[in-house]
Amino acid sequence: MTSSEISSLTVARVRQGLAGREFSAVELAQEALRFAEAENPKTNAYLHFSPERALAAARRVDEKLGRGEDAGVLAGVPVAVKDVILTEGVLTTCGSKLLANYVAPYDATAIISLEAAGGVILGKTNCDEFAMGSSTENSAFGPVRNPVAPDRVPGGSSGGSAAVTAQGTAVLALGSDTGGSIRQPASFCGVVGVTPTYGRVSRYGLTAFASSLDHIGPFARNVRDAALLLQVIAGRDPNDATSAFAPIPDYTAALDGEVRGLKVGLPREYFQGLASETGDRIAKGVETLKRLGCEVREISLPHTEYAIGCYYIICTAEASSNLARYDGVRYTMRSPRSETLSDMYRNTRGEGFGAECKRRIMLGTYVLSAGYYDAYYLKAQKVRTLIARDFSQAFEQVDAIVTPVSPFPAFKLGEKLDDPLEMYLSDIYTITGDLAGIPCMSVPCGRTSAGLPVGMQILANHFNEAGMFRLAGAFEAAGGFEG
Amino acid sequence: MKLTEQEVRYVAALANLNLSDEEVAKMCEDLGEVLTHMEKLNALDTAGVEPMAQVLSEAGETATLAEDIDRPGIGNEAALANAPLSGAGFFKVPKVIERS
Repeated sequence: MTSSEISSLTVARVRQGLAGREFSAVELAQEALRFAEAENPKTNAYLHFSPERALAAARRVDEKLGRGEDAGVLAGVPVAVKDVILTEGVLTTCGSKLLANYVAPYDATAIISLEAAGGVILGKTNCDEFAMGSSTENSAFGPVRNPVAPDRVPGGSSGGSAAVTAQGTAVLALGSDTGGSIRQPASFCGVVGVTPTYGRVSRYGLTAFASSLDHIGPFARNVRDAALLLQVIAGRDPNDATSAFAPIPDYTAALDGEVRGLKVGLPREYFQGLASETGDRIAKGVETLKRLGCEVREISLPHTEYAIGCYYIICTAEASSNLARYDGVRYTMRSPRSETLSDMYRNTRGEGFGAECKRRIMLGTYVLSAGYYDAYYLKAQKVRTLIARDFSQAFEQVDAIVTPVSPFPAFKLGEKLDDPLEMYLSDIYTITGDLAGIPCMSVPCGRTSAGLPVGMQILANHFNEAGMFRLAGAFEAAGGFEG
Repeated sequence: MKLTEQEVRYVAALANLNLSDEEVAKMCEDLGEVLTHMEKLNALDTAGVEPMAQVLSEAGETATLAEDIDRPGIGNEAALANAPLSGAGFFKVPKVIERS
């Protein structure tokens, strides 16, 4: 296989190659690993590879195929996994110095499902420390470079997973999204990224950041492959009490559906002041949807301006609680220069956490501290209700909502590191979907004149992933990805 | 709004987080700026609005309760495998009680 054949593989192509005995799953895994290892220095997107696990999974696929059995919908497909998702026997660092040597003792449920469907995990991808950031510059193991423009960030926090998908060093990738960490890097790297309904995919084995907002979701180079991966990882899991019982439709069957007459809402609050190349590309994308027969209308999500404040109160409060466990006792590194237990906690955390995690721990501790709970956390939870209500009212009028993913395309490495508030404000279009818990995704929507990818966001009502994929698939088929 | 050094050190102590003097100074600025933005929420009347503590609750009240079945844990050895210091089947830590 040539490099360009490997880097443009799809799930369907892998299936065809295995069925026609062009290659075995083991041969494909070996070639994919060789290619990924050779290409990785260009981006630093993989933190570590898992060749033993990959080859064992590939061997199981070959054995099943040899016996004439069904080897699963993702049989032999090379997949990368964000390093906040636990993989038994493989390093799981969360992009943190604290967990630099942490080998996970069990598998996340999504990992078990992925391998049961024949997926072959090549390695773990770089990310912002504990998934906190919008550029992957907060990794303790160095930033990731955007494969489309190496002087720019890939977005974050799942920047590594977006980059390997764009670079072609994996066919699919798993990421996690709390405030846009799948969709924003997908948009910056020009790939498909999906945040499912909250609870659609089990969070068991996903390192907790903000538990009421965390999701696992897929990256792919086309809509069908993203839908296939979600199909595999979706479902109720007794190990995650918040995972949903709702039935799972056949997502790929939805891709062939009609979008004529589908009502698409454009929230006016998201388009105000969007006089930019990004705005132009999205406007062109909306024209494509109209050409497909969608009924496009303006809608309003009136509480949008409160979303950033609401989100950063809730996510930092939950993060400060979740990150309390990294204390130098059970699984993190430990500061060597401590006489007492209390010193050991403080020194370990002070030396181990990077600047962004410290900032969020401090904000979260502040808003939860005595006398402030009602003014911040409780207030934010009430505002969250209003934001979620905006969406449920909107979905009484429209079938889907379309917005930009980010106000701007990929920025230069280092460009926004010094201004945390500005970095937080750039999450405006993605955090609302997480607050409401609805499914949302980023699809490529052309490029700027400098060649930087722009992402269009599609949001749908709770558990309407099928409708979201249908619109995304029609947009892709109409050439919308190319703009 | 800018936090005082004293406020920052108080919160850092609550969070068991050692901060350098430079970090404390920067936190005064950064936290103040973000908290000011968060205070925008006060402009909104939320009287009578229920707080949203979780996203979905379509399941019945007892559906999410696990069966009371004994399941094996990961075991002592695996639990200690990532510990920075362990011995005799326990996590080891520096002394907890100081003698005067």
